[in-house]
This record gives sequence, C-alpha cells and structure tokens, in this order.
Amino acid sequence: MSETASEISKIADAGRRSRRSLLDDPRLRAILLQALLLIVVAGLGWALFENVRANLASRNIASGFGFFDVTAGFAIGQTLIPYAESSTYGRAFVVGLLNTLLVSGIGIVLTTVLGFLIGVARLSRNALLSRLAGAYVEVVRNLPLLFQILFWYLAVLGTMPGPRQSLSIPGGVYLNNRGIMLPKPLFGAGSGAILIAFLAGCALAWMLSLWARRRRAAGKTVATGWITLALVIAPPAAAFVLAGAPISFERPELTGFNFSGGLRILPEFLALLVALVTYTAAYIAEIVRAGILAIPRGQAEAAYSLGLRRAPTLRLVVLPQAMRVIVPPLTSQYLNLTKNSSLAAAIGYPDFFYVFAGTTLNQTGQAIEIIAITMAVYLLISLLTSAAMNVYNRRLALQER
Amino acid sequence: MHRFVYALLIIAGFSVSTARVEAAVLDQIKAKGFLQCGVSQGIPGFSSPDDKGNWTGLDVDVCRAIAAAIFNDPTKVKYTPLSAKDRFTALQSAEIDVLSRNTTWTLSRDTSLGLNFTGVIYYDGQGFMVRKDKKVNSALELSGASVCTQTGTTTELNVADFFRSRKMKYDIVAFATADETVKAYDSGRCDVFTTDVSQLTAEKLKLAKPDDHIILPEIISKEPLGPVVRQGDEQWFDVVKWTLYAMINAEELGVTSKNVTEMTKSPNPEIKRLLGIEGKFGEALGLSNDWGVRILKHVGNYGEIFDRNVGANSKLNIDRGLNKLWSKGGLQYAPPIR
Repeated sequence: MSETASEISKIADAGRRSRRSLLDDPRLRAILLQALLLIVVAGLGWALFENVRANLASRNIASGFGFFDVTAGFAIGQTLIPYAESSTYGRAFVVGLLNTLLVSGIGIVLTTVLGFLIGVARLSRNALLSRLAGAYVEVVRNLPLLFQILFWYLAVLGTMPGPRQSLSIPGGVYLNNRGIMLPKPLFGAGSGAILIAFLAGCALAWMLSLWARRRRAAGKTVATGWITLALVIAPPAAAFVLAGAPISFERPELTGFNFSGGLRILPEFLALLVALVTYTAAYIAEIVRAGILAIPRGQAEAAYSLGLRRAPTLRLVVLPQAMRVIVPPLTSQYLNLTKNSSLAAAIGYPDFFYVFAGTTLNQTGQAIEIIAITMAVYLLISLLTSAAMNVYNRRLALQER
Repeated sequence: MHRFVYALLIIAGFSVSTARVEAAVLDQIKAKGFLQCGVSQGIPGFSSPDDKGNWTGLDVDVCRAIAAAIFNDPTKVKYTPLSAKDRFTALQSAEIDVLSRNTTWTLSRDTSLGLNFTGVIYYDGQGFMVRKDKKVNSALELSGASVCTQTGTTTELNVADFFRSRKMKYDIVAFATADETVKAYDSGRCDVFTTDVSQLTAEKLKLAKPDDHIILPEIISKEPLGPVVRQGDEQWFDVVKWTLYAMINAEELGVTSKNVTEMTKSPNPEIKRLLGIEGKFGEALGLSNDWGVRILKHVGNYGEIFDRNVGANSKLNIDRGLNKLWSKGGLQYAPPIR
C-alpha cells in the first residue's frame, strides 16, 4: 500500500510540475529575458542600419567600403611608408594612422620622463625648484591645449628664419621655418654586424641584471650601472670600427627653394609634439606627486634609519610603492595624449584624424563609413594602450600571501 | 507577461518601414520664411561679412537672388559659413538649402555625393602665387617648393596632378581653412600658395604686403564654380538653376536693376517673358510670375553682380575673361526662357 501511495504521489508531483508554466523556472526565465533583450538590441541596431542604408540610397549618396581601393590623388606632407599621389585611400589610411602612432608614441615616452621629473621636483626640499615646478604645473595645466599648440606653431616655430637664413647648428643640423633638417644615416654593408653587436650587448646587460637581482635578494649590494652602460655601448662601437665605419651621413643641402637630402622634421610635428608633451606632463607631475605623498612617511623614515640616503630612498623604497597609485591614472593620461593628438588638424599635421576623417572623407563624401572607422580605430588604440598598462599594473600589484 | 508584449511591440514599431517622405525644399523654405545658404568663411568678392556682419559677394548675391525670387525680399537669407571640408556634409544633411560657396563642379561630386550642380556662376582656374623675391616667372620653375593649400578641395588634387605629371618634387602643407593657409603662406612656411585664381586675387589683399607677391601666369585646371543643391528635388533644382539663368539672360537683354521697371513696358517678347508680362513661367517654377522682376530689382543682372563684387567696380578688379557673355566672346550662356 505504501508503495502505491508513493507511486501516486510521484505521478501527482509530475503532473503539478507539467502544469506549472515554464516561466516559473527562475533559470529558464533568466535565459529567456536575456534572449529577449538581445533581440531588442539587435533589432534596434538592424533598424538603425537599414534606416541609414535606405536613406543614403534614396539620396543617391555612395556607400560601402569600396573607396579603400580607389586612387587617393592627394599628397601627404609626412609619410613613414612609401606613399605617392597614385596610392589608394587604403594606403592613405595607414599613412595617417602611422603618423598618429608616431606622435603619440614619442609623446608618451617624453611626457612620462618630463612628468616624473617635474612631479619629483615639486616635492624637492629646494624651494626654488619646487616653486618652479609648481608654477609650471599651474600655468601649463590651466591653458587650453589648442592654444598651446597654436602658440608653439605660430609664435615659436613660425618665427624661425626662412631656408636661406637657416640657423645652423654644428654637425649638419639646420633650423628654419620648414622644420629641423638633420643628417640622415646611410647604412652601408656591414651595418648588420653593429646591430648584432648591440643586441648581444643588451642581452649580456640583461643577464647581468638577473644576476644582480639574485645577489641583492641574498642581501648583497651590487653596483651594475657603469658595467651595463659599457655593455650596451662598447660592442656596437667595436663592431663599427672593425667593420670599417659602414655608417655614413647624408647631409641636408640647400638646393633651390628648400633643403634636400637628410632627414626633415616638420614644424607641424614638432609643435604638436612639444605641446602634447608639456601639457600632459603637467598632469602626470600631479599624479606622481600624489602617488609619492600617498606612501606613509614611515616608509621613507624606515629607509633613512637603515642608512639610505634621499635619492636611493626615493628610487628603491618610495617610488616602487607609489607606482601602484600612479599607474592607473597614468594610463588615462596616455589615452588623453593619443586622443588629443587629433588636434593636429588645427596646424595641418597629417595625423590619422586629419588625413582620414578630414581629407579622405571630403574627397569621397562617405561620412558614415569613415566616421565609424575613425571611431573604431581610436577605440582600438585606446583599448590596446589600456590593456598594455593593465598588464603592467597587475605586475606591480601587491602580492598578497 | 504584459511587459514582454510591450517590448515586442516597441521592437516592431522600430523595425517597420523607417523611410520617410520629405516635404519639397521650396515649400519648406516658404514655410520657415527664409533661405538657409551655405557660404565660405570669408573670401572677399565671393562671400565675406563686412564690418557690420552683412554678407556680400558674388556667391552671396546668388543666395539673395533666390530669396528675392521666392519672397520678394533679398534679406530673407540666413548664412552658414562653411569650410571646404564641411560644406558637402552640411548640404547632404539638409543643414542648408543651397551651397553657394565657390565650389568646383566635378563628376564625382555630382554623382557619389548625392548632389546636383545647378550651373556655373564663375569660370575659374587654379593658379600659383609666390613671393617676388623668389625670382620665379613660371610654375614650371617650382620644383622642390613647399606648397600651401586648403584640404578637401579640388585644388589639393590638381596640384598633385600638376607636379606628378611633370615629375617635379614638392612638399604639400595642407590646412583646414583658407585663413590658416594664407597665414602659413604669409609667415613663410611655404614658397607657394595655390588655389583658384579668383581666390588668389582675393586672398592677396589679406597679405601683410600684397605688392611683394605675384600670381604666376599658368592656369593648371578648369574650375567651374556654381551653386549646389541636394539630389532628389527637381523643383528646387530648377528654381536655383533658373534664378542663375534669369540673371544671365537679363544681362544679355540689357535689363538691369536700374531700368527693370521701364523694361516691363518693353515690346521685346523675350524681355516680356523674363519679366513675367507674358506667359506663366514663374508659376511653372513654383514661384510668382514676376520672379524675374524681383531678382533684377533687388539684386541685378549677372554683369552687375560680377562688376560689383569681383569685377571693375570692386577692389579685386578681375577681368571678365571667360565670364563674358557668349555673345561677347565668353562662356556665360543661359538657355532661353520660353
């Protein structure tokens, strides 16, 4: 009897379960809701896309990405890869992108160095130095960046003399209102040996640093600075002499209107770089100062009491800890610098935004595609930068045990 | 459960046909009471604001003539100053009704941009300006020069063609606005400034020492400049086109802003049709029949606006050249009103 009773109750259970709506299952309901939301979002996206497509077609405006293969027909003032007027819009896209990466890459390195120096200087016990650093931060940080770019371009570089009255700097360097002309290194046969020697020297220096780290971990002090420097410089220098000095220089020469030959740095590039570096450095200086002040005084005092002087205390005790505070806001300054480089349009430096979202957009008239690609490219650059910085940040993070 | 139903309804609402029918441009303009006209950011003679903020110039007079034809009032225009780079987007997105901004008529602009050129108000060509002390007499001597130009223009492409086809070297320095370009040339950043000759003549006046510069004799391109409208509204296209033709026909027939009232009594049937005494040509365009009188009374014929803005009676003092009437050896020719 008990058997049949349990049998009956089982059947009843099953019946009750089947009568219950599927929506009463919380897990199923959650999945269903997510799916619905996805459909809503996708539907909206599709509607938007269709709407744009239909409107463009009804107005006879060309659309699609076919323009990438079309001859651009315009010249670009600074090209890191070979580019001619007969190149395609696709190539112009790459040229512009590389110009943006060049100014942001160099800018990030220089602004980091300058920002750290000023940030540390602001905390200096030397009143003059700290006041100067303070004044720099307050002035530079509080003037609009566009104004600073125009200042460097028009008021500083714009007043340089013409090519025929160039300021000459010994060593074949000339400065005029067309930019800076530098001797261009020409690598002859045997230059490869110098590169190999240099890489070998770097490898040795790296191994030395690994060894030194182990020694330090064992509580010994090792001074490796000079040896490292020698390892990096001596092998390529020796290879240079042994290979019979294969590197020669092409000096810029005044021919006709302008200098020809040599390397030329455009005034537009210089103005943009200097403005971006000095402007961003003011923010980085404040981040560095805040990072250092965030470390309890006890840390530095403990180092002093162990007999460390001020400089090694800062370098070995305070800064490594401060980096944990500094890195996250530093990342956003790097992103700012990269994005701010699009202000290049104001002075005609052919960066990505100017070449692609400016000239290419205007010549092809395909605003929607080009603006979408431009957004995607800046987003990608920013995401890659922050991904790299996040990796670095994770390595710095406090290892909790 | 109701919420799901609503959500689905919302999606359905968005997905249903999103195409919309737009009202005719002419009706829109009549309803809002003014014409929105895209002009340059300041090119003397073509479109530039004076010290009181009133716009004047050849391109501006086209806008005023259209407004006069529609409203019998040439002041019912609002101007949108546009850079070369932004002008087409502004027109495509209907921010402006007509673009009258020394814009060169080319095939790609006429087709892939979804725009229509309504005619030619000025036959121009591209030239070069250099400093006199460079001792250059011909564009063929410009090899190795730095060239300042404005981006987003046919100029930028022509100069590339010119140097490329002659295997001459050059450095391009392209700026976003005309003002920046001129400033850079004036400060010595470039050896050469290149744009349409009419504009070179106009910009030359803005330089610190205009007499230190010369415009080289070579004309390297054809630059037919004219007003532009969006594709897809034939009526509006016709209004702008025939406003232009009315001014050219009027010059040919000798009708000016001064004598237009007397001319209404003229026995000449062509003049009668132009001034709406005979026929219903204005109504066919969606305007009133005295549209011709309105244009001429308020703005003038083609010869008058040319002389006043860029020709003999202006600071620019440009020769009519190609812009003479066809009957006087030039290219300006308008289809008949009949």
